[in-house]
Parts: sequence; C-alpha cells; structure tokens
Amino acid sequence: MLKILKYSIFDLLRSRWSYVYFTFYLLLGFVLLFLNNDVNKAVITLMNIIIVLTPLIGTIFGVMYYYNSKEFTELLLAQPIKRSQIFMGQYLGISLSLTLSLVLGLGIPFVMYGLFKSTAIFDFSLLILIGSFLNFIFVALAYNIALSTENKIKGFGYAILMWLFLAVIYDGIFMISLIIFNEYPLDKFSLFATMLNPIDLSRILILLKLDISALLGYTGAIFKDFFGANIGAFTSILILMLWVVLPLRRIKYKLKRKDF
Amino acid sequence: MIKIKNLHKKFGKLTVLDGLDLEIDKGGIFAILGPNGSGKTTLIKALLGMVIPSKGDISIDGNSVLKKWNYRNELNYLPQIANFPANLSVIELIKMVKNLRPKTPNEKELIDLFGLNEFLNKKLGNLSGGTKQKVNLVLTFMFDSDLIILDEPTTGLDPIALIHLKNLIKKEKKSGKTILLTTHIMSVVEELADEIVFLLDGKIYFKGSVEKLKKQTSQTNLEHAIANLITKQNA
Amino acid sequence: MRCLILFLFFTITLQANTIKVCASCDVKTIKEAVLLAKKGDTVLVKKGLYKETKIYISKGIHLVGENYPVIDAEFKTDSVFAVKANDFSISGFKFKNIGMSYIKEIAAVFVSHSKNFTIKDNILENVFYGFIIQSSKFGLIQNNKVTGNSEKESTSGNGVHVWKCKKLRIEQNKIFGMRDAIYLEFVNESSISNNISADNIRYGLHFMFSNHNEYNNNEFRNNGAGVAVMFSKFIKMHHNTFHFNWGTASYGLLLKEIYDAEIHDNYFEQNTVGINIDGCNRITYKSNHFIRNGWALKFTGGCYTNTFEYNNFMHNAFDLSYNSRLNDNKFEANYWSEYTGYDIDKNGLGDVPHRPVKLFSYIVGKTPETMILLRSLFVDIINFSEKVSPVFTPDKLIDKTPLMRPVNPVE
Repeated sequence: MLKILKYSIFDLLRSRWSYVYFTFYLLLGFVLLFLNNDVNKAVITLMNIIIVLTPLIGTIFGVMYYYNSKEFTELLLAQPIKRSQIFMGQYLGISLSLTLSLVLGLGIPFVMYGLFKSTAIFDFSLLILIGSFLNFIFVALAYNIALSTENKIKGFGYAILMWLFLAVIYDGIFMISLIIFNEYPLDKFSLFATMLNPIDLSRILILLKLDISALLGYTGAIFKDFFGANIGAFTSILILMLWVVLPLRRIKYKLKRKDF
Repeated sequence: MIKIKNLHKKFGKLTVLDGLDLEIDKGGIFAILGPNGSGKTTLIKALLGMVIPSKGDISIDGNSVLKKWNYRNELNYLPQIANFPANLSVIELIKMVKNLRPKTPNEKELIDLFGLNEFLNKKLGNLSGGTKQKVNLVLTFMFDSDLIILDEPTTGLDPIALIHLKNLIKKEKKSGKTILLTTHIMSVVEELADEIVFLLDGKIYFKGSVEKLKKQTSQTNLEHAIANLITKQNA
Repeated sequence: MRCLILFLFFTITLQANTIKVCASCDVKTIKEAVLLAKKGDTVLVKKGLYKETKIYISKGIHLVGENYPVIDAEFKTDSVFAVKANDFSISGFKFKNIGMSYIKEIAAVFVSHSKNFTIKDNILENVFYGFIIQSSKFGLIQNNKVTGNSEKESTSGNGVHVWKCKKLRIEQNKIFGMRDAIYLEFVNESSISNNISADNIRYGLHFMFSNHNEYNNNEFRNNGAGVAVMFSKFIKMHHNTFHFNWGTASYGLLLKEIYDAEIHDNYFEQNTVGINIDGCNRITYKSNHFIRNGWALKFTGGCYTNTFEYNNFMHNAFDLSYNSRLNDNKFEANYWSEYTGYDIDKNGLGDVPHRPVKLFSYIVGKTPETMILLRSLFVDIINFSEKVSPVFTPDKLIDKTPLMRPVNPVE
C-alpha cells in the first residue's frame, strides 16, 4: 500500500491541478492578510472559504482521480497486490496531497505574517485540522460514489449532488424543520443535526472557537457547554473520524464485490 | 494448468458467462476468440480476479484463485487500453511496477527491443498511443511468469514493433509458457495460436487447433471459418 | 451692601481653621477632627492607616487626605462617611474593605439631602458600594477610582449610586469590577462625562427615569451586560465608546422606552448587540460607528419616527434586525460595508437603494434557533437571492442614498 501511496502522491504532486489548488490557497492567504493585515480577521474569512471549498475540491479531485486512473488501476489490479491496498493507497495519496496543498498554501503566508507570534495560532491550527478532516472525508465519499457508478458523467453528477446536499440542501432542510417545529424544544435536535453533517459540524466547531457563540443565544450556550467540554471536543473529533472510517469501510465492502 | 468449472457471471440482468467450462494445459498459445459481447474480456478478468464470478470456480495448478491475490505473481497481464498516470515518466512507471512485484525483471532488453530509450524520461501523458502500448508491453514481458495474458496486444503497433512482439511471444512459448491472447486480427491468430477457444453466449463453443476449426467448418480461410461458426449458431 | 456681604464672606473663609489628623498629632482620629471642626474648616488627614467607620458629617467642612491616607472599614457593615450637609468636600482618601450587607446600603461615602459638594481624587478598593448620593443637588464627583471584586449580582453594589438627584456632574471616574459602575434613578439635568467603566458584572452605566441628562465621552468596556438606559426622556449621548460587551445577553447599549434622545458620534465595536432598541421613539442616530458587532441594531419592540443618518455600519454579522413593527423610521445616507451597489454619477451616494435587513436576519428574528446556520453556504445563498428579488424583507426599510465611503473613518 505504501508503494501505491508513494506513487499516487508522486503523480498528484506533479499534476497541474495540485499546483493550481496550492497557488489558490497561497494567493488567498496573501490577499487576505494583505487586505486587512490582521491574522485574526483573516482566520474568520478563511473559515467561510474552507468549509465550502475543501469539501468541493476533495469531492471533485476524488472522482476525477478515480475515473482518470481507471485503466491504470486495472493494470495494478492484475499485479500481485490486494485490491484494498491499491485503493487505500490511492485514497491516501489524494487526501494527503490535497492536505499538503492546504497546509502549505495557507501556512506559508500566515507564517510569514507572524502567525507564531499571534494569538490566532490555535484558531488557525483548528481551521487547518478541520480542513484536513474535510479533505479526507470528502475524498472518501467521492471514492464511494465513483466505485458505485460505472458511468463517469453520472458519477461526477452524483458526487457534485452529494456535495451540494451536505453543503447547502441539508442546511435548507435543517432550517425549514427548525421553523416548522418552532414550538418544540429544538436544542437536542439542533445538536444532533449538526453532528450528522461533517460540514455543519466543522462550521460550528470553528464558530465556537471564534467566539461567535454569543450570537447563538440560548442554543449557543448549550452548544458551547457541549463542545467546550472535553466530552464534546472528543465526540466531535470522534464523529469526524467516523466520517472518514465509515466511508472507508464501505469502500472495502464494495471492493469485495466489485467487477472491473 | 488452468481449470475453469461451471463459471457464471451476470451483470445485473445480463448473463455474460453461462456455465462456462474450460481447461487449458500448460504450455502453448491460446487465442480466445468470439464476437463482441461473447464474454472474452469477462473471462480474462475473472481469471485475473478483476471480475468476481457469480458462481463456479477457477483454479490454477490445482489451487482455487478466487479471492486470492498472490497467484498473480505468476501471471503477466497486458491490458487492452494503455492509460497510465499522466504525470509519471516512463522510467518511473517501470520502476514502480518493478517495485510492486518481488520478481527480478529484465526490462533493459525490452526497452532496447522496442526502442524506448529516448522516451524514458518523457511523461506518459505526452506519449502517442503506439508508444504507450510499447511501454505496456515492456511492463508485461519484463517478468518471467508461467502465465501471460494479452488483451489485444497489437493495438497501435507499427509493423516493426509487431514483428518484435510476435517473436517475443514465440520465444516465451518456446520456454514453456502458457499464453492467452485475444485479438481481432486473424493473421496473428493463424500465425501464433496453437489452439483456438471460441466463445459464444457465455459458453465455449469451440476449442481446438486452427486446422480442426477449418476442417469442421470446411473453410480454408480462418476468417471465413469463424464467420461460419457464428452464422451456423444463429441459423 | 453687597460689598459688605462679600467682605464678610471672605473674612469668614479666611478665618476658617485647618485641623490636622495623624498618629502623632493632637487629633488622632478623623471622627474626632470632624467633631471639632466648624463650618468651613478643613480637616487635613496625613498619610497613615485609619480604621474608622460611622463618621457623621452634618456641617460644611472640607476633608482632605494628604498622600492618600488609608481608611480601612475592615468589612464592618457601616459606611465610612455619612454626610448630610451643604458645601462640603471629600478628596484624596483611599477607602478599603467596605463591608457587604444584604439589607443595608453601605458605601465609602453616603451622601443624602446635601447641596454644593465635591467628592474627588479618591481611591476606593474592595468596596461594596462606592458612593451613594441621595436627594441631593449641585454635586461634583470627579476623578475617583473605584474597584470592587464582584462575583455575583446579589452580593455586590454599585460604583456610583445616585437616587433622586439633580444637577450633578460625574466626571473622569474609573470604575471597575462593581455590579453597576454608575447607577442613576430619578436623576435629572445631570452630566456624566469622561468616565471609564470596565469589567463590571452587570451594567457599565444604568439609568432609569432620568430626564434631560447628557452622557459624553465615556468608555464602556467589557461589562457583563453593557449600558442600559431606560424610561427616560431628552437624553443626549455623544462621543461614547461601547466595546467588547460580548456575551449571550450582552449589548453595547440597551435603550428601553427612551423618547426624544440624541445619539451622536458614538463608537460601537464588537458587542454582541450594538444597540438593543426597545420601544423608543423620536431618536436621532447620527454619525455613529458600528463595527464588527453581532447585531449593529436590534429592534425588539415597536419603534417610531427615528432617524438614522451618516452612520457607519461595518462588518457586523447583522446590521439590522427587528421582530415587530418598524414604522416611519428613516435610514438615510449611511455607510454600509455590505452595500454592493454602484455610483455612476460620482456624487458619493449609491445609485441603488440598500436593504439593511438580510433574509437570514429576518428568519432569525422569527425563529432564533436558526442562528445555528450562521455563516453556512445555504444562508449566503438565500441572502443573495433575497437581495436580487426581495420577497420577505420589508419594502420600506431601505436606505435610498447609501454612502459609497465611510463617514469620518476611525482607525
């Protein structure tokens, strides 16, 4: 698996898209810092971008890589290697190279602007950690979709739909149910619904750290109590990990039955 | 050597292999032929472990290979479409495949044979189809394995490379290898194949030498003989 | 005749005595000195430690501390000075350890039914109440520093507590860690200026039923709830700074039932709510800065005939929200950092009206729980679509002439 990982990272690190992605974050970092010269403020703006963009890019890279390397994967499948190792290697390759683009692309400008001397370093680290989690989660989800869909166009469509659902539609349904069931106590429901969607969970984790919780009123207080305590932080990380592990389990399951 | 028993494969409602039985002895060149959709590729992929059969068993040298992976160490496969990671160079790809298999390769000889030396540091994405196929061939033949499976090996090759390929196949046969190949070019079959395995509707419809086929269909030309096989079936 | 009176006045003043108090003086306690002093005398207290409470002052004398003598009340449940006199002053003392009581109001200086007094340059540490002023007028409370270590509202008192007074000036005081820094009830025609109140557990300034007052150049920082101004008329609030009042129920300024007020040139930064406006009419909001608040303006009750002009609304999560009727309010020529219109004729005013109420803020107004979706992509999308074709947000609530550049930008 490490060999496959090595080569897929190698391959991706030379891909134009990795550089485009890396350069995008680099420019974003510099522009944000150049515009307001305040690491703290830049972190807030960055959050908006990261929780939408990393899932989208992870999804697109995931499906794209799967379909583009399909023939090569077949060549690998004929080699004396276990199926699961091939795909785990590729999966880790994509996730790690995307994470590398994120960490370096944003890390370089922020370090240059004095991140280490700033109080924002914890917020920034959290942001990067969550961005990395989102990479791993959405590449795994994209691989699931690609593995289950032979048709490239359809696979791409489903993957984008999946992203759209988790990034937008889910919140729409969430909001409508909050409005409809306004009369019932909704804190537990909100907490639960947030936990269920990795994008929402990431957003809330960052928001609470950026201390916007005061705006959230009573619900915010409950969220703060929950996520502020060790148990909450632990649960959140656990859930984010589950969002990586469960899709991976399904990939393994699917691989046992999949015809190439 | 290879023993396939009662092999079934369905893709959804479509039955591709329908109780196929086949035995292939060690040594020799076997051309797997059949019209489009007859199950050639599925059969090969099942043998490679890429397609998982709905029913039946495949064994090589008496051991079932279903859900196993290390038997592929004794097997070389040339896929139909040579599509490699675009950002790797030829030499990196060769190194990688060498890395993946424990066997000692003899890629130098093959690189010389197909004249790939000048392309070694080029990215695979920038190579022409024919050159890619040559790289594909190098990857397949550089290991010394008992079983070689070639899926449309002649695609995109220039005449010189084609001659090299044919010689290569003959050489491998001489050293006692078992070679399975699919192709649509009958001259290749006629020149190389010891036996023809003809698939139709997911079953073995004919198995035997080229002569036997010609005799059975009373045709002198192989292409006609094959056409005859198909029309008879339909009649 | 008038000259004679003046002459007499001066001779009396000149004849006034000074009584010194110190450990080695003839007079060793402040209480003793106060008893000895006649109207117009000065009691000069030298540096030292005085463990005294219950000092009653009923005549117009001047208590002056030299090099901040310390009066330690040792947490006894009595005020140090209880004053009921005209023309007195207290300055230069350091008060410590004023005792707490659930039933009694205990302060460093407790003034009632007095006129023409000055309390200045004192330092108060660890006090229950700092100054309590009742039923008095013409007083100056200046340059005092009051610190408490309040933890709970029920066991803490206010820095300057004023009840039923008139024509007071409360200036240049610094008040930290109390319950309310400055508390005013039934106080009229007074001015509160240049004070700093920070880290108080409830309000930085709290006043009710107090009309015709002015509040200028004060700083209110990081107080539990912010500043509350209630049930008052004809108030002027100019050049105050309200910042970092950040908490679930915090605000920079709470206005409740305020009529005919002027709120000009104030600075609201990073408060959960910049101004929480509840049932206030005929108020002009002009040249205020609202920067990075959760809500810049939050209307929680019917508000009529208010004017908002030349204000800067910059980078607030919400510029405006309301949950009841807003009639006849005028928004004109404000700067909105959210404004995305253009100015073709280059007159400095946007050519497209600005709608300060976002759809999300409308939804949050109806269902507060939906706040949990803050900063999600879905919210951005619905806000955008509402901006393009408004359906829910009120038609009348618009700034027809939004400014293209901020007014007097602050660094």
